[in-house]
Amino acid sequence: MSQLQLIVNGESRLLEIPESRTLAEVLRYDLGLTGTKIGCEEAECGICTVLVDGVPVDSCIYPAFKAKGRHITTIEGLAHDGELHPLQHEFIRHGAVQCGFCTPGLIMTASALLNENDNPSEHDIKVALKDTYCRCTGYTSVVQAIQSAAADLRGDALLPVNEPTIDDPMDYVSRSVPPKGIEDRVTGKAKYTDDYVFEGMLYARTLRSRFPHARVLSIDTSAAKALAGVHAVLTHADVPGQNIHGLVHSDWPVLCGDVVRYMGDAVAIVAADTPEIAEAALKLIQVEYQPLPVVADPKYAHSSEAPVLHPHHATGNLLKHIKVRHGDIEQGFAEADYIVEREYRTPTTEHAFLEPECAIGVPVGYPNHEKLTVYVGSQIPYQDREQIANAMGLPREQVRVIGTLIGGGFGGKEDIAGQIHVAMLATVTGRPVKMLYTRQESLLFHPKRHATIIRIKTGATKDGKLTAVQAELYGDGGAYASLSDKVMTRATTHATGPYTVPHAKIDCYAMYTNNVPSGAFRGFGVTQSAFAVEQNIDILAGMIGIDPIEFRRINAQQVGVTTATGQVLRESVGMLETIDDVQRDMQAHHNGSGFQWTWHKGNKAYAWGIACAYKNTGLGGGAPDWSTAEVEAYEDGTVEVRTSSADMGQGLPHVLAQCAAEELKLPYERVRVLLSDTDLTPDGGPTTASRQTYMSGNAVRHAAVALREAMAQSAAEMMDVPPDQIYYEEGLLRQNGHQVPMGEVVGWMKQNGLAARVRHEYRAPETQPLGTGGDMHVAFSYATQAALVEVDVETGEVHVLKVVSSTDVGRAINPLMLQGQIEGGIVMALGNCLTESYIIEDGVPWSTLLARYKMPSIKHAPQIISHLVEEQVSSGPFGAKGVGEIPSINTSPAICNAIFNATGVRIFSLPVDQDALLRAIKAGQVEVYTAWHDVK
Amino acid sequence: MRLWNDYHTPTSIEEALQLLAHYQGRARLVAGGTDLLVEIREGRHAPQDALVDVTHIPEMTTHHQEADGTIWLGAAVTHSHIVQSALLTQAATCLVESCGVVGGPQVRNVGTIGGNVAHALPAGDGTTSLVALDATARVVLDGQEQWVPIEQMFKGPGQSLLDPTRDILIGFRFKASGTHEASAFKRIMRPQGVALPILGCAVWVRLTDGQIADARISIAPIGPTPARATVVEEALRGQPANPASIEQAIAVANEALHPRTSKYRATAPYRQEMIAVLLRRTLPLAIDRARTGQAIPEGIGA
Ligand SMILES: Cc1cc2nc3c(=O)[nH]c(=O)nc-3n(C[C@H](O)[C@H](O)[C@H](O)COP(=O)(O)OP(=O)(O)OC[C@H]3O[C@@H](n4cnc5c(N)ncnc54)[C@H](O)[C@@H]3O)c2cc1C
Ligand code: FES
Ligand code: FES
Repeated sequence: MSQLQLIVNGESRLLEIPESRTLAEVLRYDLGLTGTKIGCEEAECGICTVLVDGVPVDSCIYPAFKAKGRHITTIEGLAHDGELHPLQHEFIRHGAVQCGFCTPGLIMTASALLNENDNPSEHDIKVALKDTYCRCTGYTSVVQAIQSAAADLRGDALLPVNEPTIDDPMDYVSRSVPPKGIEDRVTGKAKYTDDYVFEGMLYARTLRSRFPHARVLSIDTSAAKALAGVHAVLTHADVPGQNIHGLVHSDWPVLCGDVVRYMGDAVAIVAADTPEIAEAALKLIQVEYQPLPVVADPKYAHSSEAPVLHPHHATGNLLKHIKVRHGDIEQGFAEADYIVEREYRTPTTEHAFLEPECAIGVPVGYPNHEKLTVYVGSQIPYQDREQIANAMGLPREQVRVIGTLIGGGFGGKEDIAGQIHVAMLATVTGRPVKMLYTRQESLLFHPKRHATIIRIKTGATKDGKLTAVQAELYGDGGAYASLSDKVMTRATTHATGPYTVPHAKIDCYAMYTNNVPSGAFRGFGVTQSAFAVEQNIDILAGMIGIDPIEFRRINAQQVGVTTATGQVLRESVGMLETIDDVQRDMQAHHNGSGFQWTWHKGNKAYAWGIACAYKNTGLGGGAPDWSTAEVEAYEDGTVEVRTSSADMGQGLPHVLAQCAAEELKLPYERVRVLLSDTDLTPDGGPTTASRQTYMSGNAVRHAAVALREAMAQSAAEMMDVPPDQIYYEEGLLRQNGHQVPMGEVVGWMKQNGLAARVRHEYRAPETQPLGTGGDMHVAFSYATQAALVEVDVETGEVHVLKVVSSTDVGRAINPLMLQGQIEGGIVMALGNCLTESYIIEDGVPWSTLLARYKMPSIKHAPQIISHLVEEQVSSGPFGAKGVGEIPSINTSPAICNAIFNATGVRIFSLPVDQDALLRAIKAGQVEVYTAWHDVK
Repeated sequence: MRLWNDYHTPTSIEEALQLLAHYQGRARLVAGGTDLLVEIREGRHAPQDALVDVTHIPEMTTHHQEADGTIWLGAAVTHSHIVQSALLTQAATCLVESCGVVGGPQVRNVGTIGGNVAHALPAGDGTTSLVALDATARVVLDGQEQWVPIEQMFKGPGQSLLDPTRDILIGFRFKASGTHEASAFKRIMRPQGVALPILGCAVWVRLTDGQIADARISIAPIGPTPARATVVEEALRGQPANPASIEQAIAVANEALHPRTSKYRATAPYRQEMIAVLLRRTLPLAIDRARTGQAIPEGIGA
């Protein structure tokens, strides 16, 4: 221990700490200033940025003792006397905060910029924020927020908020109200799991496999147990209940005892006084392995030579064969004048949510904890509880899961991470136990987006009508099932694209391999199939000699069309309008000088590319889909909405609050939202499949309507008037001339033994399983995007300058935040196309560091112009359907279509490799089948 | 994970040497830590018993022009300070341009030019420019303070001449670009994978009467260590400063330089193409700067 003096946010602090501390550790753990976040500890993500004597540095690799005597400014030091800094309020006003995990880093980096430059250009901002990542927003709103804050600091007027135009604003719905709890996210007060500290808490670490596939011969934990400061070392033998979990198929061991199937498999867990001791203990655990042959690719997995990874699975390594049969495929191709058949490949990709996984287990009997409790930023609290209970051998009711704020999920926080492990360790040690994954562990462990190989054949007549689609998809499901079954089903059912296709035959093989498991990831399989579908469409348009927009228009799904799964679309098909919007903007870009698909200037080739997409809302496919919500009114005139759906930055709380406010005509500020506590909030189902706005939105809406009626009944009795004459306004119940505040009605109800609380279980309209025809889904969202790319024909470098998008969302409940979802989705998809690939070599990940996995930074962010189409779906809350995933679907093919238009070279494998692209341009070769990861 | 135990911030070179001696190989020098600390975390270096931070030693953290016109650049000067320096902008434009593209602002604010050289990557951006500037390094090597030409500072990829548990890189000396002299740096990146250039290129030229009187060219990575492309320099010397000469030099470069394929970074044929692209982009820029005497760095923060 040594003495360190720092001046933190203007206050001198004297600390007695080890010299081994980083500045981030001192701030977070010694000073409790948890506003500074840690995302990678590699100097890559920048979200740990603080100012040292006014200069932004990555606090995760900044030795604390280097800062001796210096002035440190953190996010907590930005607001003065309760007054937000202009950056803080402008981030809120412009919708630049979603999950909020990056926000302190972005704001601190921006504050250093504004100290030097009071009027930064977009370029200045991009230079300053180049290495400060945000995975949610897409950066457009961030640039606006910073420029607006600069204007404010200069004493100029704030910049107007770039709000989308919408059709039919109501009192609270379709208004851009600020998200709930947003202020805490810009001040550093917001608490994510690692920000919680419990008295006596231990720290846990996980020992993972050393091989992608091996038999475990023995595990010796004695030396680790003997290490001072270690409180528990547990293995498979210590799992009290079932040593297995899984969301769809139970195939994933809690702790592996006989076989390990991928490098992320957990073999032992340790709880100790400090993370360092836990880490040291891992090194003392002796595991003897017998390596087994590795199944590294899905096609090999399907062959008869491949070792079978899950002997109990009836179809061997074939996790699932998914089929779509529609019409008569032979006839379809016989009717075609033009047929194109190509093979496309997409890589495994990583969610790279900025908050690594963290869970805290608190044992029964710990103060204020009557049950074994797990705190976790989970997308599915109720299923977590079920899986924890099964593994712990406890009835569900004896486990409580409390959902904490989530620093980004995107599908990657649906599977169990440390939840069961901390429950076990807390139970054994009788103390709270925190398990925080490092970024590197997160990269290794959690399920990713499926790598796919898609062979697709598309036919059309010479007048541009699609006749048939035949496709074969291979999806690399990795070591465990996770959500492969559902994800690959979506890839399959959406493989016709958003078009009328009379004949289709699609087969998908979801395979087990020894790679990292694949699961849910924004786009849910459709991102992959759209890459293939939409490029085949452009190739066909070229063969026919028809404009690609016109070709899409001719075949666009419309009301009355039957999809390839046999669903008749009866309403809410806004596809054509999205095409209109995008075409109008593409033309406007050329300022009346005449639209051009492509042009050249110097060594740069420019071109537009277009792609369309559709995406189901909700689970569908015959799965009973329901969500329960509770709405309760209080005497103080407020209302609380409760359900257990996750807020991972997509902004569910405001959607639910707006639905309740609208039905009760109650000011939005008076609606509180409580999410994700299995003891306090009813089950809202999984936050996946773009389902929560629709499902929980409906549940809340119905509950609010029932509450409204119950309160009107009581008010009528109070005022002695007929209930049908009562109407609600601004928190008052009125009847011509008379009025009574809602809170008083609640008081009256209480006195009369009535509960001002309604719980509603909303059940989605029934859907049909694939293969039976009928309605497979309750609704579909539609989108069209055009990308304007610049290709440097001397280097092959590709830049996306602009993306024009239009999305049919049914109804925009919160237009600004919805636009943020769209912008963020587009930039994430741009990463899918241009920067991202999670590389695994024979089962061993190469992408073990964030430094090896680049997601788009602000410098990649294109200008985004997005429009909303609101073709309402009658069953949706106020007409809304899902929007979380659709923007991440068509960006990649739009970019690749543009690259083709610019260079004449078509890219069949992602991410685009400038090296191969350039060599193709030089060699006059028109097709590129390799990607970045093939550079060897 | 604990990356080091003790942390020292000596304020003189003697003190730093004493600390290193005291730990007998168990302490290591650190400057910005943007390479070292990340590599310890990755497990590429063992955690250190002690770190000896060189960023509080005045002669190592400053730069200035000497009476004889040469520039002194302390090893612990950060990339940001280099970028902000009016002196270096004029006297060593390529260095400013190369330090201006290292990482992002947070990395440039702490990462140092000495760390870039001591890390000894075949294509460290700052290093590439120091090679074209024909810098000489001031080092304490085996207890002897001495001058070492920059090209001799490297033993292999990731291996400098120095043992950072005993030796110190104090700083660099190089001639400031004078009248009719100028330099330029550019690099080719890809948006995927590690933040190392596919190819970087720094050039320095001196013009006399419209002719390239002298040229120094550093293209990396070509070999295992940073080196000058002397045959290309030769091809330029005495030639008129025009596109034809540049094309001729490119032809020579294509004959003489054979870049390699690096996994997940670039193929050899692509790099070969980039040699021409970079020479075509940097040489005219340097020539123009030498002609006009104006040097506005390009691509800072790109
Ligand atoms: C996100 C990120 C992006 C990066 N991008 C780039 C890039 O684009 N281009 C590029 O070239 N580099 C890049 N780097 C690498 C790194 O930032 C630079 O090489 C930097 O210059 C290293 O300097 P440092 O002071 O941080 O070195 P340190 O990490 O402190 O030290 C590096 C090595 O040199 C030794 N050392 C340091 N100082 C001395 C000295 N005075 N005498 C003897 N030995 C010494 C250390 O012991 C260590 O072995 C990047 C790094 C990160 C994290
Ligand atoms: S850069 Fe510090 S946590 Fe990522
Ligand atoms: S809001 Fe930026 S990472 Fe979530």
